[in-house]
Amino acid sequence: MNERVSKLRSQSLNAQPTLSLERALLLTNFYQSGKADEVSIPVARALAFKHILENKKLCINEGELIVGERGPEPVSASTYPEICTHSLKDLEILDTRKKISFKVDEETKRLTQNKIIPFWKEKSIRKQIFSIMDEDWIEAYEAGVFTEFMEQRAPGHTVAGKKIFQKGFLNFKKEIKESLEKLDFQNDTNALQKQEQLKAMDIAADAIILLARRYSEKASDLAEIENNEERKGELKKIAEICTNVPANAPRNLWEALQHYWFIHLGVITELNTWDSFNPGRLDQNIYSFYKQDIEEENLTLDEIKELLQCFWIKFNNQPAPPKVGVTAEESNTYTDFCLINLGGVKEDGSDAVNELSFLLLDILEEMRILQPSSMVQISNKTPDDFLKRALKIVRTGFGQPSIFNTDAIIQELLNQGKSIVDARNGGASGCVETGAFGKESYILSGYFNLPKILEVTLNNGVDLRTGKKIGLETGDAADFESFDDLFNAYSKQVNHFVDIKIKGNNVIERLWAEILPSPFMSLLIDDCIEKGKDYNDGGAKYNTTYIQGVGLGTITDSLTSLKYNVFDNNIFTMKELLGAIESNFEENESIRCQIVRETPKYGNDEDYPDEIMQKIFDVYYTAVNGRPNTKGGFHRINLLPTTVHIYFGSVTKATPDGREEYQPLSEGVSPVQGMDIKGPTAVIKSASKIEHLKTGGTLLNQKFTPQFLADDDGIAKLAYLIRAYFRMDGHHIQFNVVSADTLREAQKTPEQHRNLIVRVAGYSDYFINLGESLQNEIIARTEHMAS
Amino acid sequence: MKEAKGIIFDIKRFAVHDGPGIRTTVFFKGCPLKCWWCANPEGQNPDPEEILSLFNQDSEGNCTKEIIGREVVAKEVMNEVSKDRVFYEESEGGITFSGGEPLLQPVFLSSLLSLCKEEGFHTALDTSGYAPKDIFEEIIDNVDLFLYDLKLLNEEEHIKYTGVSLDLILANLRYLCKKKKEIIIRIPIVPSITDSSENINQIGSFVSKLNCISRVDILPFNKMGEAKYRRLEKPYMLNNITPPSEGRMNEIKKQLEAFDLNVKIGG
Repeated sequence: MNERVSKLRSQSLNAQPTLSLERALLLTNFYQSGKADEVSIPVARALAFKHILENKKLCINEGELIVGERGPEPVSASTYPEICTHSLKDLEILDTRKKISFKVDEETKRLTQNKIIPFWKEKSIRKQIFSIMDEDWIEAYEAGVFTEFMEQRAPGHTVAGKKIFQKGFLNFKKEIKESLEKLDFQNDTNALQKQEQLKAMDIAADAIILLARRYSEKASDLAEIENNEERKGELKKIAEICTNVPANAPRNLWEALQHYWFIHLGVITELNTWDSFNPGRLDQNIYSFYKQDIEEENLTLDEIKELLQCFWIKFNNQPAPPKVGVTAEESNTYTDFCLINLGGVKEDGSDAVNELSFLLLDILEEMRILQPSSMVQISNKTPDDFLKRALKIVRTGFGQPSIFNTDAIIQELLNQGKSIVDARNGGASGCVETGAFGKESYILSGYFNLPKILEVTLNNGVDLRTGKKIGLETGDAADFESFDDLFNAYSKQVNHFVDIKIKGNNVIERLWAEILPSPFMSLLIDDCIEKGKDYNDGGAKYNTTYIQGVGLGTITDSLTSLKYNVFDNNIFTMKELLGAIESNFEENESIRCQIVRETPKYGNDEDYPDEIMQKIFDVYYTAVNGRPNTKGGFHRINLLPTTVHIYFGSVTKATPDGREEYQPLSEGVSPVQGMDIKGPTAVIKSASKIEHLKTGGTLLNQKFTPQFLADDDGIAKLAYLIRAYFRMDGHHIQFNVVSADTLREAQKTPEQHRNLIVRVAGYSDYFINLGESLQNEIIARTEHMAS
Repeated sequence: MKEAKGIIFDIKRFAVHDGPGIRTTVFFKGCPLKCWWCANPEGQNPDPEEILSLFNQDSEGNCTKEIIGREVVAKEVMNEVSKDRVFYEESEGGITFSGGEPLLQPVFLSSLLSLCKEEGFHTALDTSGYAPKDIFEEIIDNVDLFLYDLKLLNEEEHIKYTGVSLDLILANLRYLCKKKKEIIIRIPIVPSITDSSENINQIGSFVSKLNCISRVDILPFNKMGEAKYRRLEKPYMLNNITPPSEGRMNEIKKQLEAFDLNVKIGG
C-alpha cells in the first residue's frame, strides 16, 4: 500500500475508540424542541435523522479519498439513548473494562447525567421491552435460556442489493411520489399510515442528500486553503462527487464507493442496527463501474486499489456501538459484522467470479484489518483458483475470508419461498446468516441455550444455578425409564421456552415497528417504498425472524452420554450422574473419565452420537420453523454463537458430557472442544448430517497450524475438504490458523486439544502425540511463521 | 469363506502425505525391519502390546498402560475406510496401507486390497519391499501405487541399521518395474546415517537406471517417533541426531535431480 493508505490505516488501527454524545445530544435537542409532537412518529423520526445530519460535525481526514464519519472523528462511537439509555455506571464500565472499552470523558458523563438520562430514561425501547415482558420471559432471560437482540440494538440484519448502486435518492423520491399518488384513502384503511411512512422516507432521502452537500461544501472550503496542489485537486474532486451522489446514481467507481459510504453512514446514524450495513456482493455491485473506468482509462489499476483501500479504512473507523450487559457478553467485539461477499453466482446462475473478485482479495489481504469482514461464496461452478487464492489469505492466520457454500445458500433461500433470482442475488451476512440481499429483513432475535434446557429438564423445571423454577415439571429425572422418556421431556421443555421466546418476539417486533420505525433503511430495501411500509414493520419483500440455537456439540454429547452410560449400558445411574454434576465432578472423577474417554462424541463420524444430534436438530427446528412473526413472515432457525457460548456456559452448571460448570459451551455446529479425535474429514462428515438447508446458516470452525498450509499441497487438500463439505450441503466453514499460544495451551491441557494436527516437514500428526522437544520446536516455528 | 483377519494399530483419516489426495491410512502391526529412525515403533512388534497412556494416570500420578494393536476383520476396516469416500472422490485420493510392513500379513492385505478395488478406491502400499516375491505377485494387480522405501544401498550398513539384507528389496523393486507399476521411492534422510553423498549417489544412480520411477520423495528425519519410544519403554537410538536443515535437504534434492529424477521434499 502507498504512503497515504498506510498512514490512514495506522491512524485507524491506533485510535482509541471513544464514546461520542454528538448524535444523542442532537436527537435530544430535536425531541425537546417540541417539533416531534406536531407530527406522526415516522415523520418525527425522519426529522430527527435530518436534524442530526444537518448539524453533526463533518470530518474529512487528511489524505482520504472517501469521506464521512459517523461520529465527529474516526473510531468514535455514537450512542442511541432512544434505544438504550446508558447509566453512569454503564459509562464507567465501558470506559474501564479490559476488553472492548470506549473512552468516556468527564464532559460526556456530565451531559449524560444532566441531559440524556433525564429525557430518555423512561422512554428508551430497552426500558419498555423489559417493562412489558411477562414473568416467564424475564425469568428465562435472566436464567440465560435465551438472549434478546432487540434490547439495546435495532433490527437491521440486512444487506444492500444491487439497486442502491444503480439509483440515487432523487430516484427514490420519485418512487415515493408515485406511491403517494397511488394511495387510495377510500378503499385502503391503512392509507394514512402509508402516507406518513412515505413522507418520512422522503424526508430521510432529503437528509442524506443534505449531508452530502455539506461534505461537498466542506471539501470545497478545504480545497481553497490547501497548499498542496495534488491534494487541492483531490478535494475539488471530492466536492464534485458529493454534489452528484447520493442524490443521483453513481457514474464511476469513485462515485459508487462514496455513494455507498453515505448510505452506510445513513443506516448506522439512523439506528444502531445489528450488523451495521453491508455493500453485499461488492465484486458484482461495483463491477460495471470498475470495468468502465479501466476501459476508458479514467483510472489506473493502482488508483483503483488506492480508492478501494481508502474505502476499506472507512469501515474500520466505525467500531460497533458500545454494548453493555448480556448483549456485550453475547457479542463482545468492536467488529460490526459488515461481511463483504465475493464470488458466488450471477442472477442467471452462472459463475460470478471476475477479475475484481481477485483484486478485492488482494485488497483485504493487504489491508489486514478487523473491518470490514469478508467471505467468499463458493459454488460448484466457482473455479479452484479463486478458492485457492482465498485459502492463501486464510493461512496467514487473520481469520478472513470465511468460506461459504453458494449452492446451499440458494437452496436455503428457495426453501424459505424466495424466488430463484432473489436467491442467487443473495448471500450471507453478519456471521453466517443467509439473506436475500436488498429484499429481506432477516432479524436475529436472540441466542437459545440448548444445554441449559437439558439442565432444566434434568431438574424437573428448576434452574440448577439459582434454584428457581423456570420450566415445566416434566418429572423427576431418576424416574425416566428410557432414553425416550428423557428425550420427550427435553423436547417439551424446548417447546415451552421457544413459545416464551416467540411470544416475546411478537411483542418486541411491534414495539420497534410502532416506536422506532426506520424511514432511511426503508428507502434501501425493496418493497418498503412500494408498500408504503416501514422496514421495521414488514415493508421488506421478505421478513424472517431467527432464533439462533447454541451449543449443539455440548447438548449432543450430553444426551449421548445419558443414553450410552445410563440407559443403554448401565455404567452408572441417573442419580449417580446427577450427583456428579451437582459436585461439578469433584467427587466422581471416575464418572467424568468414563464420559470423556469412553463415551461416543459428536464430531467423529459415528452414528450413535450423530443420530442423537439429528433428533436434537429436529426438535429445535420443528419448535421454531414456520411460526409466524408479526411482519407477514416466519420464524426460522440458524446455528451460530458469536461469543455467546462463553456467556451461556457461564450460566450453565456442569453438563452430562463431562463439561465442568460455567465453562464455555461448544460453538456453532463444531464438536465440543477437543472431542473430535478422528480428524477434519470426520468432523465434516458429522457436521454434514445436520440438515443445513433447513436453516438460515450454520457455523463450523476448524483449526490448522500454519505449517500444514505452508505449501500448495496443503492449500489443495484444504480446498478438497471444503468441496466435499459443500457437496454434502455444508453451509459455511472457517479456518483458524492456530497460534503458538494455543499450542502452548495444548501442552498444558492435551485432553482439550486432541484435534490439533500439526505438520513437520513430510509428516503430519496430532500435536499431543508428539514429544515435548518436538512440540517446542513446532511452537517456535509457528511463532516464526506468524510473524 | 472365512473372513480375513489381521492386526492393525491405527486407522488414520485425512492422511495427506501417503499418496495423492486425501487418504485414509491403515497401519499394519509387525515389521521384519527394525530401522533405527523408525517413526512408528509401535508398528514393529506383530502382536498387540502395552504402551503408556497419554492421559490416564494412576493415583500416584504414573501413566497407566493401555494396549496398542488390535485384531480386526477386513469388513471392519472397510467400514471405516469407506466413510471418507466423498473426500477421495473430490481429491482423487484413496486408501494407503502402511505400518509396520503390510506384506507381513499377506492374506489380510490381499483381501483388503481386493475389497478396495471392488469399491473403486485408489490403493497405495507403503512398503519396505522386504517380502517374498510371491507375495508381491499375489497383491500386485490390486495396488495402484507403491510407496517404496530405499534407505541405504550398502549391504553392511543396511543390515546394521535395519536388521535385514538389501537383496530381496532390490529384486522386488526390479520386479515391480518390470510389471510397469507406478512407484514412488521414499528415502528417509537421517543425518550421519543415510544422508552421505555416497549413499545418495548410489540411490540416484540405481533408481535412474530403473526407468520406472515416477518420483523420489526425500523425507527429512524428525523426532515424531521419540515420544512413542518412551511410551513403549524402548530405547531411542537417535537422541543425538538433529533433523537435517532445509539447506541440506535442498542439496540432496539437487544431487538426485542430477540423475534426471523428479524429486520432492516431504511426502
